Amino acid sequence: MLTEKGRQQQASKLQTTSDNGATSEILLPGAEAPDFRLRVTPDQDLSLSELRGRPVIVAFYPADWSPVCGDQLAIYNEVGPEFQKYRAKVLGISVDGPWCHKAFAEHRSIHFPLLSDFEPKGEVAKSYGAYRHTEGVCERAMFVIDKDGVVFWSYLSPIAVNPGADGILDALEGLQRKEQADAA
Amino acid sequence: MATLKVPVGPDDHVQGNAKAPITLVEYGDYECPACGLAYPIVLAVQKHFGRNLKLVFRNFPLAQVHPNAESAAETAEWAASHHQFWEMHDALYENQAMLGLPLYLSLANGLRLPEEELSAALENRIFYPKVRADFMGGVRSGVNGTPTFFINGRRHDDSFDFAHLVASIDMVLEQAGTS
Repeated sequence: MLTEKGRQQQASKLQTTSDNGATSEILLPGAEAPDFRLRVTPDQDLSLSELRGRPVIVAFYPADWSPVCGDQLAIYNEVGPEFQKYRAKVLGISVDGPWCHKAFAEHRSIHFPLLSDFEPKGEVAKSYGAYRHTEGVCERAMFVIDKDGVVFWSYLSPIAVNPGADGILDALEGLQRKEQADAA
Repeated sequence: MATLKVPVGPDDHVQGNAKAPITLVEYGDYECPACGLAYPIVLAVQKHFGRNLKLVFRNFPLAQVHPNAESAAETAEWAASHHQFWEMHDALYENQAMLGLPLYLSLANGLRLPEEELSAALENRIFYPKVRADFMGGVRSGVNGTPTFFINGRRHDDSFDFAHLVASIDMVLEQAGTS
């Protein structure tokens, strides 16, 4: 669920895209990323604000158990060492429950946290403009959030297209260049 | 539209007419069932287009879910050092269910290549840097699953069945003809 701070942080939604009649408006760069606390294992929570101080990649996706072996999460799993070069933490979020995530993560050897936007259903995804109301699942939406909790880059992929990881890596590079320039 | 970020070059494995107007790049994983399905389709596509198409294969092993994918890729790269890449590539896909060191050694033997050398190469991961470089080049190019195809540098986002691949390649051929 959104934390209290997250509720207060609701930013304006500006980007739209349409896909089979459904529209979603995801948060754009510059928006404060709404804080949230979600189940990461059946008995543990994780909040976005705990990760302040490093870039965070938030990847919303429709559901666990996609039949495709090289799906979106598998790619992030393989690219993990590259994300670590930027000290970036990747979080996957869907509306699946924590036991589903646990089984799925074990089956696919997924090494990053999968969070359950389960109750209230899709509340966090909605706050990021990343919820498909027609089907009741998250969009394929990705956000790179900087160390201060501000969205640096976001992208909404058509639901049927696996977006890969190149956009995220380009964004992390861009973020690193920006932070180096700011520090100079 | 995702585009190939690493141009085809002298380190690539290329099959077919070097001057072909169509370059089909496949990023594949030897242990991936979908890539196994694609293998005969790609052969059929190559036959269909003849001298108009050259095929490039690059490695995209999903090592976390396919425990033999990297070793299979390294085996093929080792065979490349003996100028037998495509023979090994084909043999690996034709024996997907049996990937593992015993198979690799047997295939090396079948190609009259030195088994002990292969064994040492795998143990010391000599060809891992090449495989990983292929993989990261693929990630940067927007490879979003296996197999992923690029036709003249643009990612093919449709199904990889014969009809869809041929239709996409035909479209590029047509555009090349009128430009």
